[in-house]
Amino acid sequence: MLEIRWHSRAGQGAVTGAKGLANVISTTGKHVQAFAFYGSAKRGAAMTAYNRVDEKVIMNHEKYMRPDYVFVIDPALTFTTDVTINHKDSTKYIITTHMTTEELKKAQPKLEGKEVYTVDCITIANETIGRPIPNTPMLGAFMKISGMYDMEFFKESMKRVLGKLPQKIIDSNMLAIQRAYDEVK
Amino acid sequence: MAFDKMELEDIEVWDGNFAAAQALRQSQVDVVAAYPITPSTPIVEGYAQFTADGYVEGEFVMVESEHAAMSACIGAAAAGGRVATATSSQGFALMVETLYQASGMRLPIVLNLVNRALAAPLNVNGDHSDMYLGRDSGWIQLDAYCPQDAYDLNFIAFKVSEDHDVRLPCMVNQDGFMTSHTAQGVHTLTDDEAYGFVGEFKPMNDMLDFEHPVTHGVQAEEDWHFEHKARQHNDLMTKVFPKIEAAFSEFEKLSGRKYNMVEKYDMDDADVCVVCMGSSVETAREVATEMRAQGIKAGVVGIRVIRPFPFFEIAEALKCVKAIAALDRSSPNGAPGMLFNEIAGSLFNTDTKAMLSGYVYGLGGRDLTKAHLVALFKELQANVDAGKITTPLQQFIGVRGPKLAYL
Repeated sequence: MLEIRWHSRAGQGAVTGAKGLANVISTTGKHVQAFAFYGSAKRGAAMTAYNRVDEKVIMNHEKYMRPDYVFVIDPALTFTTDVTINHKDSTKYIITTHMTTEELKKAQPKLEGKEVYTVDCITIANETIGRPIPNTPMLGAFMKISGMYDMEFFKESMKRVLGKLPQKIIDSNMLAIQRAYDEVK
Repeated sequence: MAFDKMELEDIEVWDGNFAAAQALRQSQVDVVAAYPITPSTPIVEGYAQFTADGYVEGEFVMVESEHAAMSACIGAAAAGGRVATATSSQGFALMVETLYQASGMRLPIVLNLVNRALAAPLNVNGDHSDMYLGRDSGWIQLDAYCPQDAYDLNFIAFKVSEDHDVRLPCMVNQDGFMTSHTAQGVHTLTDDEAYGFVGEFKPMNDMLDFEHPVTHGVQAEEDWHFEHKARQHNDLMTKVFPKIEAAFSEFEKLSGRKYNMVEKYDMDDADVCVVCMGSSVETAREVATEMRAQGIKAGVVGIRVIRPFPFFEIAEALKCVKAIAALDRSSPNGAPGMLFNEIAGSLFNTDTKAMLSGYVYGLGGRDLTKAHLVALFKELQANVDAGKITTPLQQFIGVRGPKLAYL
């Protein structure tokens, strides 16, 4: 079982990102689950979304999770929420920030001693998609860190997931995914 | 046909709401009248989108309340069409008066009830308070545990509800958020397979058949009211089960997926078991398997058909078990929980002398964790080892503050 927790603000696309990732993984024959805690469901409110991936049918519907990966797609959430809650020793973090990994760990001591990767998904999204929607770049970074799929396969799959959007938006998302893949450290 | 078909993947990653919306599209529902409410909104939103995009030859009626939504559904069903809607919680509560009209007038309407807590305090998350509120309303009530079930059970619902020997409305319950907003792989039927299973709508006593005028919704005082109600109850008690069995069996032939009125999991040799509904059934199954690795013979019984209540099937499922936990996701407010009472009633006149204890859990969307279930199975095993119930009969799972227990 692979488990992922997303930290996001409502409106930044964590639910869409989690469902998109589930969609891609499902085509490879694995079983998936994607869900979220909406809380008060107000745009801008801190929220979490979740992925489960397994070889067999996923029957566990508890919300509690000890994640293998934590994705933080809004830079401030590293400081205003506990992104390390329910962590394991092996939990890997991919965090959106303009800082380097070392600077981030210094600014947020809770991340000290943890496997942390950083990438500026907000800037990437602004420069490619033209809006601060950091969900697809996070998936590009995840492909790099996890080595889950070949990048070409992943991008082709994401083109299908984004299918109904205008071509320009699909193209800019592909650029964002590739940039995050290349830039995550 | 005057509408477009949709090509679906064999497995689509859908949440329970979208799965239900797709089932409404594939069933070619003629009329949906709805007043959207969280967390059921995407079901009627989905149907409206499909209709606007030309995938359904139907009509979406916007109304001013849930009371009006069900009233419009009643009108459309009496006129003679395939009718469905969706609601949750407060909206369902406002519908209650009209629910009894729908069943009393013997109108086949499918209501997707996305289970959510009832205020106060206001809460949009999932529990079974609304499901329990409707349990005496004369509707057939089915329960989905995951998005796949929410999809499949809609087809079953139309098939059974519209049968001329039944003609009773049907609710399909699914857990708010934990099923309705959780995306999982759903094995799809093609549009032709799905519609072929549900079948063409066959009107009965329809008001638009001007050659055969009928009256709906009449007054019947002391002289006839009781006979109407008794026959309605009789049909729920005697005519619905065989039709559900037949529909489950036909659906299995079509899809390979087998549904049962009572879903037994590892019950053949179980010493201890949990009886519950909704997404908790699946979590409990996973924990039961893990308990067996620890030497506790655990099983799970899920209720698939809540109304009519499968009285004898429940007794049969529980006949060999030694300790039972009845899990109610609704506050009984001054009594044992519904499942506790129903199970006790099923077992009382049998030789089964299993120990039965009740638990209230998950109100307002409170998580039922695997750790909770592990502790629960251990508590049941302790009852078996002691030969008596070692706890009060009614407890809470996962509530903070000083321990509360009764009876």
